[in-house]
Amino acid sequence: MPEMQVRPVQQTPTVEGVPSHRADPLAARLAALDPAQGQATARARRDALERLQAMGLPRPRDEYWRYTDPAPFNAPAPAPVPMDDAPIDPPLFSDLDRLRLVFVDGRFDAGASDPLELTGVEILPLSQADLQPGHWIGESYGVLETVGQSPVRRPFAALNTAAATDGAVIRVTGRASRPVQLLYRRTRPDRDATLHHVLRLEPGAELTLIESGLAGARVNIVVEADIAPRARLHHIVAHRAGYPRVSNTHLFARVAEGGALKSFAMAVDGLHMRNEFVVELAGDDAVVHVAGAMLGDGAGGTIHDDDTVFLTHAGLRGESRQVFKKVLKNGAVGVFQGKILVRPGAQKTDGYQISQALLLDEDSQFLGKPELEIYADDVKCSHGSTTGALDETALFYLRSRGVPRERAVVLLVLSFLADALAEIEDDDLRERIAERLEDWLTARAEA
Amino acid sequence: MLEIKNLHVKLEDEDKQILKGVNLTVPAGQVHAIMGPNGSGKSTASYVLAGRDGYVVTDGTATLDGEDLLEMEPEQRAAAGLFLAFQYPVEIPGVGNMTFLRTAVNAQRKARGEDELSAGEFLKLVRQKAKALDIDADMLKRPVNVGFSGGEKKRNEILQMAMLEPRMCILDETDSGLDVDAMRLVADGVNALRSPERSFLVITHYQRLLDHIRPDVVHIMHDGRIVKSGGPELAIEVETNGYADILAEVGDA
Repeated sequence: MPEMQVRPVQQTPTVEGVPSHRADPLAARLAALDPAQGQATARARRDALERLQAMGLPRPRDEYWRYTDPAPFNAPAPAPVPMDDAPIDPPLFSDLDRLRLVFVDGRFDAGASDPLELTGVEILPLSQADLQPGHWIGESYGVLETVGQSPVRRPFAALNTAAATDGAVIRVTGRASRPVQLLYRRTRPDRDATLHHVLRLEPGAELTLIESGLAGARVNIVVEADIAPRARLHHIVAHRAGYPRVSNTHLFARVAEGGALKSFAMAVDGLHMRNEFVVELAGDDAVVHVAGAMLGDGAGGTIHDDDTVFLTHAGLRGESRQVFKKVLKNGAVGVFQGKILVRPGAQKTDGYQISQALLLDEDSQFLGKPELEIYADDVKCSHGSTTGALDETALFYLRSRGVPRERAVVLLVLSFLADALAEIEDDDLRERIAERLEDWLTARAEA
Repeated sequence: MLEIKNLHVKLEDEDKQILKGVNLTVPAGQVHAIMGPNGSGKSTASYVLAGRDGYVVTDGTATLDGEDLLEMEPEQRAAAGLFLAFQYPVEIPGVGNMTFLRTAVNAQRKARGEDELSAGEFLKLVRQKAKALDIDADMLKRPVNVGFSGGEKKRNEILQMAMLEPRMCILDETDSGLDVDAMRLVADGVNALRSPERSFLVITHYQRLLDHIRPDVVHIMHDGRIVKSGGPELAIEVETNGYADILAEVGDA
């Protein structure tokens, strides 16, 4: 394999006394990382670095960064996030029968993880797969991320591919008997965590993947999921309360004929979050649902949560749903940028998109940007975006039955979130998450 | 039981007086009906008694067994024994009817210092009461009023009333949107709850409902006041001749 030429980092002449990163933020950003070189992934990493250098870091006036300030992600080092003495709420999945992979400070922790044995599933940490000559990761790593860079550039995903310290490499050949959980932990208050997971679901395979925990002071996670015909991936992200997360996550997926992707994210609070979903319904009859339920209370500090979705329909009869709900108070800000692109020939597409915000006061803000771009003539696409306050009539109805105001508000917030929660197929997981949201709302109402 | 004296109410957002001195006393065990043309203030009276926002009481009082209703939050009024069956019951997606009922029942019990019902006790009670109203298990499981027909919604209101066992029940045009069979079912539900300790205030446009729920007293409301009160025959007079004669008689037509 010929060595690829790495383009040197562009340097602006340094003014005397001023550190060079003032002049070149990307160079400074890269210098602060300790990027892995990789073996099997080395070529993809170099390629990603080159692409990143060509595109540069995002700027506030870039079309897809208008509503979310890229500065916290651009900064050479993350602002320290104090270590929690005790978690604010208990783990959500500790009694769930699942296979757990633990990542500490962005690196796989074999001692804390379960044995990586699951019928129908091959699992390796990226750091180990990378060392195996001829491992398929060499061919897959960064592929979907690269595809997902067009037409919208996603510099932090390229940065991730170039610099990821570890991740999970999962190949599913059958129906996984239990979920795989990626559990993130950290031991230091001021570290970046850059994780890159690659999933390959073979025809007819099925897996539930759960992500939870806080990986670092600033988190950059990429998931690449290649879903073969008739395979199904259920993806659940649960961000519990009390973590001041600064995170940029990307889910890149390609769904082949008859395959399905169901992704749901729960987020409670957070500091500066940007969650990107880039999914192609590549084959006919593919099904993709992405959903999120977010609760943000800015009483304790800034809350900013951005979901940015780009779904491409390329096959016939594709079905896509985007259901995003945010409940915002005390100055919390929610952003939704959702796009459905229907390629020429993707007839009988059924695309649906709804983004809704419930503003519990006048200080909070929701910014929604739905986009449809359709090049086929026999499709059904709909989008809706609403921003509103609590329904006073419903509130009165509940109170007139004797339900105290605080409790009535909790019920109405849960009612508002119900459509998003309904996107979780597994009853047990859905109930756990619904209960957790209710507990949190109740605790806040009583506080 | 319920005592309303010289009640004056205006809208919060605009300077519009809706109730202009309502006087009404409903003794324990009695059923009173309020009839009146559109816009006379009937529904406003029910909302003000139940504590809905958007209204300002400018004068007068309303008490339930001597307790000042107007000082209480809506949930306190409910715990004190007041119930309003809505003209348009509200749909609450994502909240199960059972969850809603149990939350309401136990919140009231708690507010009154009583023990909350266990899941088992509650289930037994709700099944028994639902059966009498021809409400099936599916309706109990579904989200509150979502996808319910007009008749199902009104039956669900009566089920809530039966579960909460209020002392003072206000029915705001419970007959609207009901067919004959549904109306009978609702009326049967209400009649089953009649007792010497429980009073009803039935707001309606039509005498028809009062065939099924026999009132002790009928009041005619017009332009924010009770202009005439009488026995059940007053409702028949309205049905036959409309409001014009009565209003002419009281000199306000």
